[in-house]
Amino acid sequence: MANEDIQKGLVDILVEVAGVEADDVDLDKSFVDDLDVDSLSMVEVAVQAEDKFGVKIPDDELANLKTVGDAVNYIASNA
Amino acid sequence: MTKQRPRLSLRTGPVGTRILGFGSSTGNRVVTNHDLTKRLDTSDEWIRERVGIVSRKLADPDQSLVTMAIEAGSKAIADAGLSPTDVDAVVFATCTMPGPIPNAAAQTADAIGIRAGAAFDLNAACAGFSYALNTASDLVRGGSARRVLVIGAERFTDWVDWDDRANAIIFADGAGAAVVGPADEPMIGPVSWGSAGDLAHLIYLREGRYIFQEGQSVFRWATTQVAPVAERAVEAAGIQLSDIDALIPHQANARIVDAIAKRLRSKGAREDMVVAKDIQHTGNTSAASIPIAIDHMRSAGELSKGDVMLLVGFGAGLSYASQVVVCP
Repeated sequence: MANEDIQKGLVDILVEVAGVEADDVDLDKSFVDDLDVDSLSMVEVAVQAEDKFGVKIPDDELANLKTVGDAVNYIASNA
Repeated sequence: MTKQRPRLSLRTGPVGTRILGFGSSTGNRVVTNHDLTKRLDTSDEWIRERVGIVSRKLADPDQSLVTMAIEAGSKAIADAGLSPTDVDAVVFATCTMPGPIPNAAAQTADAIGIRAGAAFDLNAACAGFSYALNTASDLVRGGSARRVLVIGAERFTDWVDWDDRANAIIFADGAGAAVVGPADEPMIGPVSWGSAGDLAHLIYLREGRYIFQEGQSVFRWATTQVAPVAERAVEAAGIQLSDIDALIPHQANARIVDAIAKRLRSKGAREDMVVAKDIQHTGNTSAASIPIAIDHMRSAGELSKGDVMLLVGFGAGLSYASQVVVCP
């Protein structure tokens, strides 16, 4: 899957699970500091992303995914 | 010549069981989120968003785990229209007694006025009430007891590090109780239960004395693995998710409660299904949370006699249990 498609899918999840505005999402945005996605919402995002992209995102990996770009790259290389 | 062995006889019980009454008791001290900010680096908004608690009930120094259990148990027996001598067993779910000996059940039974009843504690942490309820129902069905007092009681005040802002905001003190007795038809459904001991390290006592949870991992487990346990309880009872009038999950965290309700609605539970949110003003009382929530909701008119309730407990162990119960 192309990175653009992953990003688009991730935006849909962030909008649904964490109430983020789609226009606010950029690759360099931090989940916690810029998009106000807290640690528990990150778990919900990860669970949805696992279903959507067929990838495993364990909790210890989740801690390393600081920005939207980190998540897109992780999904791209592990899906 | 072989000796003739005498044949043993067995007791038999009724075809079904039901809950006859509920009672509860909570800590006397109302502690708001603002109160906690005096000691912890946290805020009312942060706590409401993360766990959905507005205030919690903590025990006064003279309110022991057992005194709260005595009050809850006595109220449940009165609510059932019985007297203590009508009860012949006590199953007591707890994980926060000051020590393992003596147990909570025997002294609680005696103080309530239950004469020489069978009495024992059971530790399945936050799943304790659903475990104990199933045990009680089977004691009655098997003929070992006629009426069983089921108690879930915790005093987390003794097991919380009040400087640990992740956990100090969650836990609380209280007791909830129910009386289980015989019925002509089943009004307590079959249990769906189990454990995941490979995840025992997710909830434990830090330094042997302070409750600690791996927050994200517990949240992931609770929001993804618990709803299917509840679905299996509905299936085992031979009914549909759309038959459920009220969902009473362990009051761990309002966001976990919401996630379980959302998942069950996506599988056929009704939009107008009542969902317990007692955590808002009681806090997380572990094994006590389900019966406390039901008792409060019955008093508030949110639950009525005959309502079909789906109970699901989950927590340390990890342990989980769920059953369908008809509201008395």
